[in-house]
Amino acid sequence: MILRSKDVLGLEDLTAEEILGVIDIASRFRAVFDRPVRSVPIMRGRTVVNFFHEPSTRTRISFELAEKRLSADIVNFSTATSSLSKGETLRDTAENLAAMKIDMLVIRHSSAGAARYLANVLACSVINAGDGPHEHPTQGLLDIMTMRQRLGDLRGRKVTIIGDITHSRVARSNIWGLTKLGAEVTVCGPPTMVPSGLDRMGVRVEYDLMRAVADADVLNVLRIQLERHASRSFPSNREYHRMYGISTDVVKKLKPEAFIMHPGPMNRDVEIASEVADGPRQVILDQVANGVAVRMALIYLLSGGDPGALAPAAAQA
Amino acid sequence: MEWSWDRIPAEFVVTNVMLCRGGTLAKGRGFLHVRKGRIEALGAGSPSHEGIPVLDAGGMVCAPGLVDLSVHFREPGNEEKETVATGSRAAAAGGYTAVVTMPDTDPAVDNSGMVRYMIDRGREAGLCRIFPTGAISPGRRGEAMTEFGDMVAAGAVGFTDDLNPVANGNLLGNALKYAGMLGVPIITHPEDQTISGRGVMHGGYWATRLGLAGMSRAAEDAALFRDIELARAAKGHLHVAHVSTKGAVAIIRRAKDEGVRVTAAATPHHFSLDHARCRDWSPLFKTNPPLREADDLAAIAEGLADGTIDAIATDHAPHTATEKEFQFDQAPFGVVGLETALAVGITYLVRTGLLDLGQLVACLSERPARALNLPAGRLEEGAEADFVLIDPERPWTVAARAFRSRSANSPYLGETLTGRAVATFLRGRLTWRDEDGAGAS
Repeated sequence: MILRSKDVLGLEDLTAEEILGVIDIASRFRAVFDRPVRSVPIMRGRTVVNFFHEPSTRTRISFELAEKRLSADIVNFSTATSSLSKGETLRDTAENLAAMKIDMLVIRHSSAGAARYLANVLACSVINAGDGPHEHPTQGLLDIMTMRQRLGDLRGRKVTIIGDITHSRVARSNIWGLTKLGAEVTVCGPPTMVPSGLDRMGVRVEYDLMRAVADADVLNVLRIQLERHASRSFPSNREYHRMYGISTDVVKKLKPEAFIMHPGPMNRDVEIASEVADGPRQVILDQVANGVAVRMALIYLLSGGDPGALAPAAAQA
Repeated sequence: MEWSWDRIPAEFVVTNVMLCRGGTLAKGRGFLHVRKGRIEALGAGSPSHEGIPVLDAGGMVCAPGLVDLSVHFREPGNEEKETVATGSRAAAAGGYTAVVTMPDTDPAVDNSGMVRYMIDRGREAGLCRIFPTGAISPGRRGEAMTEFGDMVAAGAVGFTDDLNPVANGNLLGNALKYAGMLGVPIITHPEDQTISGRGVMHGGYWATRLGLAGMSRAAEDAALFRDIELARAAKGHLHVAHVSTKGAVAIIRRAKDEGVRVTAAATPHHFSLDHARCRDWSPLFKTNPPLREADDLAAIAEGLADGTIDAIATDHAPHTATEKEFQFDQAPFGVVGLETALAVGITYLVRTGLLDLGQLVACLSERPARALNLPAGRLEEGAEADFVLIDPERPWTVAARAFRSRSANSPYLGETLTGRAVATFLRGRLTWRDEDGAGAS
């Protein structure tokens, strides 16, 4: 058993061994992608519901693709087409889903804690695809997988997360996962976007971008949610870009082997300059591919898949 | 004549009690003589009372009926959560004989007709005294003043817009002056909503970790500071409904020292529970003001001990089980408190040595009555016979099914607390009796 729980709700709940175990399986699935037939019929006859209570394109497509490659039956269910807009409580929705005998639920919800709530009331496995600003464990896992492909063991490696930490579930999942694996995590952003108490989560807080990235091995650049911040947390996109944006000038100051990640979708020329986004230091498309593999691995493991049944990955870090 | 719980006589004597009044628990046993709804006599020892039925209280504490300065009885408008009758039942079960109702019903209590309605509904229920407050502004919209004079004549004991704090300082200043003329307080829930914003819990480590929007202490402290300065300028009486920060305790302490007419209350949850309790996203811990940190809890206990905070008030805020099944950020603020306040006080203040039982009882009865100038909470000769018999040693486990309130949104569910009201009397009539463990489990 690689995973102890029936659910994956956050990296806070996983041990370092579980994280590495999932990434190992994901690497084996990643190898399947290069084959002409990329699906494996492991989940045939099982039903996965993708319940997206908040708009999402990338994460939803990534999950769908992972499920399809495992030959699962898929039901997609989003707020606009569900009865949640008619005032149904999450509990009622959950009980309806349970009555329909589904095998797995993937949930994206705007409320922190929603995934845990469903996991507590449902007998099936629940995968958190993002709950408010709380956690986004599959993003955290794919980020860690991407880092490990380049850096190997993350112990002592320096990872800097830049942007709106307050509202970022990606930041929280990265922080939990990376600190468990022994990486040194620095978060950086204007103080209006860095919440109190982060030091207790084991990370260093740095408001000056150059100091935050100088000796970093990895920059994880978060998306600025422009609609949320209109004139409150920072004065303008222009000033944000000047002070916290990853420009070619910033890249020049990085360690030569340092690379840049972004969970997408990007605001070009706000948190990241277009030249950098298209440049040689970014690994964004690797992140996307790893995302599908990580989700396949979780679905496989939560369905009781046997890790030994998969061929070991050829070149796994 | 023999004592019978089934038929409480018009005249009786309670013997073998530990009288608790004036902030002091009597050292020896005493008695309380009730006649026609009033206290005929009370004191130490056990004088003979020929021919009068005697209730041997077996060493229970005899305290003034408890007085709650802040309850939400939801009637009219949200009777699925609570009514005046079910709220009164909960009050009696908690040892209360008087409560001050908040005006945030639907429609709001913002005219004398509504004030009379509340009092009438309380009389019909007949289980505790209802002292209504009125809204400061019509519909609690913070735009203009309601008819304070008319409402005071009808029985209103103060004015508040409660969870819609009056943002307009000029209006609040005028309200303080006008209410001052009428001899009643303005009650505020100090919160600068431009600071607290969309916050749903205390801003700090746990909000950060849980991914929930935080409400900083500054929202409370800044608003309180403004309210106090307005009260100072208006020479009016400001009552702070529920203090939750260490800063607020310090601000009130200084204002009192400087002679500002300010009184304050704190809730049981604000001296017993901290923000870490939100860790499982249970909306049972979602309150406004929010549960804070250990040093805030300590400051509130200290404020109660030194009198900076006059009273413990429950801010009893019933919500249906359905609403408390919402996600934390979507669920309504508030917890029920009437049936647990005494036990929470004994468990978290007395048994920890922060207060003695005499002080706690005063914080729950005499001091709140004095703060809002209410004819209640007096255990003395000639006063109406509102009193409660307390077993301060009795452990009991808080269970949802045992609540007399229509709602059970208590943050103490499943917790074993110590101390219980075993019998409550209003004007010499029994309003609650805990029949040897009924309600406890």
